[in-house]
Amino acid sequence: MKKLLLILLILPVMAFANEDVHLDKAPIDASNHESLQRGARTFVNYCLNCHSANYMRYNRLLEIGLTEKQIKDNLLFAGDKVGDTMKVAINKADAKKWFGAAPPDLSVEVRARGADWIYTYMRSFYRDDTRPTGWNNTVYDKVAMPHVLYELQGEQELNHETHELKLVKTGALSEEEYDTLVGDLTNYMAYMAEPAKQQRNRMGWFVLLFLGVLLVLTYKLKKAYWRDIH
Amino acid sequence: MTTNITEKTKAVATDVLNWVDERFPLTSNIKAHLTEYYAPKNFNFWYFFGSLALLVLVLQIVTGIFLTMHYKPDAELAFGSVEYIMRDVSWGWLIRYMHSTGASMFFVVVYLHMFRGIIYGSYRNPRELIWLFGVGIFLVLMGEAFFGYLLPWGQMSYWGAQVIVNLFSAVPFIGPDLSEWLRGDYLVSDATLNRFFAFHVIALPLVLLGLVVSHLIALHEVGSNNPDGVEIKEKKDKKTGIPLDGIPFHPYYTVKDLVGVSLFLIVFSSIIFFAPEMGGYFLEANNFIPADPLKTPAHIAPVWYFTPYYSILRAIPPILNSQFPGVAAMGLSVAIFALLPWLDKGAVKSIRYRGTLYKKWLVAFVVSFLVLGYLGTEPSNVWGQFGAWMGGADRATVVARIFTLVYFAFFILMPWYTKKDKTLPVPERVTGAA
Amino acid sequence: MSENLNDKQYSAEEINQEKRNFLIATSAVGAVGVAAVAVPFVSSMLPSERAKAAGAPVEVDISKVEPGQMITAEWRGKPVWIINRTEEMTAELPKHNDQLSDPMCEVVSQQPAYCKNAGRSIKPNIGVVVGICTHLGCSPTAKLQSGGDMGENWDGGFFCPCHGSRFDLAGRVYKGSPAPINLVIPPYKYLTDNTILIGVDMDEKA
Repeated sequence: MKKLLLILLILPVMAFANEDVHLDKAPIDASNHESLQRGARTFVNYCLNCHSANYMRYNRLLEIGLTEKQIKDNLLFAGDKVGDTMKVAINKADAKKWFGAAPPDLSVEVRARGADWIYTYMRSFYRDDTRPTGWNNTVYDKVAMPHVLYELQGEQELNHETHELKLVKTGALSEEEYDTLVGDLTNYMAYMAEPAKQQRNRMGWFVLLFLGVLLVLTYKLKKAYWRDIH
Repeated sequence: MTTNITEKTKAVATDVLNWVDERFPLTSNIKAHLTEYYAPKNFNFWYFFGSLALLVLVLQIVTGIFLTMHYKPDAELAFGSVEYIMRDVSWGWLIRYMHSTGASMFFVVVYLHMFRGIIYGSYRNPRELIWLFGVGIFLVLMGEAFFGYLLPWGQMSYWGAQVIVNLFSAVPFIGPDLSEWLRGDYLVSDATLNRFFAFHVIALPLVLLGLVVSHLIALHEVGSNNPDGVEIKEKKDKKTGIPLDGIPFHPYYTVKDLVGVSLFLIVFSSIIFFAPEMGGYFLEANNFIPADPLKTPAHIAPVWYFTPYYSILRAIPPILNSQFPGVAAMGLSVAIFALLPWLDKGAVKSIRYRGTLYKKWLVAFVVSFLVLGYLGTEPSNVWGQFGAWMGGADRATVVARIFTLVYFAFFILMPWYTKKDKTLPVPERVTGAA
Repeated sequence: MSENLNDKQYSAEEINQEKRNFLIATSAVGAVGVAAVAVPFVSSMLPSERAKAAGAPVEVDISKVEPGQMITAEWRGKPVWIINRTEEMTAELPKHNDQLSDPMCEVVSQQPAYCKNAGRSIKPNIGVVVGICTHLGCSPTAKLQSGGDMGENWDGGFFCPCHGSRFDLAGRVYKGSPAPINLVIPPYKYLTDNTILIGVDMDEKA
């Protein structure tokens, strides 16, 4: 019996040792509007060519400090209106044919995979000539997506013994600059996955405060009535 | 002048009330079920969960109605309509989180409510029918949660439904046809989604309401049990006929239940506003990926409140090439609660007066329930394998099998150990009024 | 009298007062709570962002509409006629005022203040009219030319096929029509000489 209890206490700990790839911590800060704006720009310029974000309206970006004019001039495709959703440029059937899998909609990708996953993934592409696109990724093996940002990051190679990535060809950005770019992009995607999050957290404090008052009052009310009961 | 108006208003109010009472048993029912319905005065913390369950039911119905104004039960549109609610509908995110959190909180509250029934023997004579209605509510609630979970049409929704509906195909002879009839198609599809929507929004809520009303009527017929298991109706005041240890439900318990409601709302709001996903237990990460019939997620698990029974299902290996024994065991693990009133042969109702033998079995049952529950959230290889001496079996599977045996033994051996149990003398009157 | 309430014996009056006080306090706070919770639910029934985006103002290019012609645009699911009245058509408008139910646009709900004029428009020759009959909602047929199958006294305008209401080229209703009031003029403004933005008032920023 004792041995069983001992096993029961130890074993749950082993359940958490289940990580295939180490994920770096993404710099998420929903109050950093500048970061979100930069991330939005990267997202629209690079990602919306193949991925959609069908549940995100452009005019929601007014919340992160952009003006309608800035959205119209810098982010909208021709013909789009500011109230439209972020539809994809590419045709879905074509994309499936070219890449083997249709690029998924990214509106809630951070809620599905986690911010750390996205942040690490976008920095873990490496050259792999056995792949049709010429690229592979340590976070998502045999991914169909090419390294869209390769001009910015440069090219990495994977050391198959140490499983470490090394930058062998520099891109337009330094390593630090590229990390910041991906950080901003991940920050933006985290925001896009749940735009109401900041408001939700802020409201929560007021709600709990109110309920605290209500608790005190209902407790005192109960005590008053129960004085009669011995 | 003011006194005149107050008195005039009172007079009119009395007249209206009389008019109604001549045609509808309003005052008589208020008396019978609130102001002159006597409940034991020693209710403790465990007695909050009944009224909380009622509160959560109302919450789910109200939030559900408002969600149905925007949700689309169509395989192409469902996932998008949920995101529409989260983003485009004014305060939609709040209503959605209230509903998803409410679903899990319903089970938290109901499990605690059932536990109260177990520890105080509230299922014993003459309260067997209250308990049976309760088991009915529990079963319908599980169905309601299952049908509701398909509606967001995420990967977990889809594959969870696929697995559960396929369980029915294990039933001998009629299985595969039964599954096809439930699905309305050869696979879980738009047809399935639409009918699950009908079940979730109308059919089961109506059944649930009927069962809850019956549950309360049966309760009021015999009166509530209490933590001492003492029947308060056995000691009544000679003149008034009021139980000596009874107090009117209103105002004493209406006022006390308000405190319980405040506490519950604090927990409820903390979750909604700060952690609606609850680490992936209330809202699973995989469900933010739209359903894909061609791609099964690496790790399917049912929602947390089904995991103990799922563990039991997985623990039973195929017998004679059939998965049915596992399915049957899972069904039995839920249905067996219904037998409690007749399995318990103990001399006392409440755990306060039971002996150590019973208490050990109860602890064993609770531990089984919790361990099986945890194991159900993980894949079978979560604790690795034993060596060759155990045939390389998954450790978690062996543990699950052991605890499945303990779980069923709690019920099956109950007639024996409750009789053998050395109980303490039960007091004449209730103890410790709060 | 405010020592530890749990110790001494309380008179019935004191207990009643305590009950009353907390009953009032809790009811008041509770009522505030209920009202606060009602707000999100009631709000959720207002037009959603999707509805608002679909109902957004519409830009219309009127450069190709010849005098005497009209085009139909769509705004909030409704047909909006843009009529290029000839000088003659515009001059005719005041001449049949005695045949109209509301020639001077007294019913102010039917047009913006800046369209309470002879042509019910910003520019005298360009009419912008919501093409939905004010009787029961059918869309009237255009009968822009005078005479024709409408009879020799017809000055040009619109005829509703459902119940026979008649409107002139400024959308004003003729007496004897089932329709009681003039057709609606939507809020609109000129972005350029050839572009109209329907859905935004002239004095408002777009």
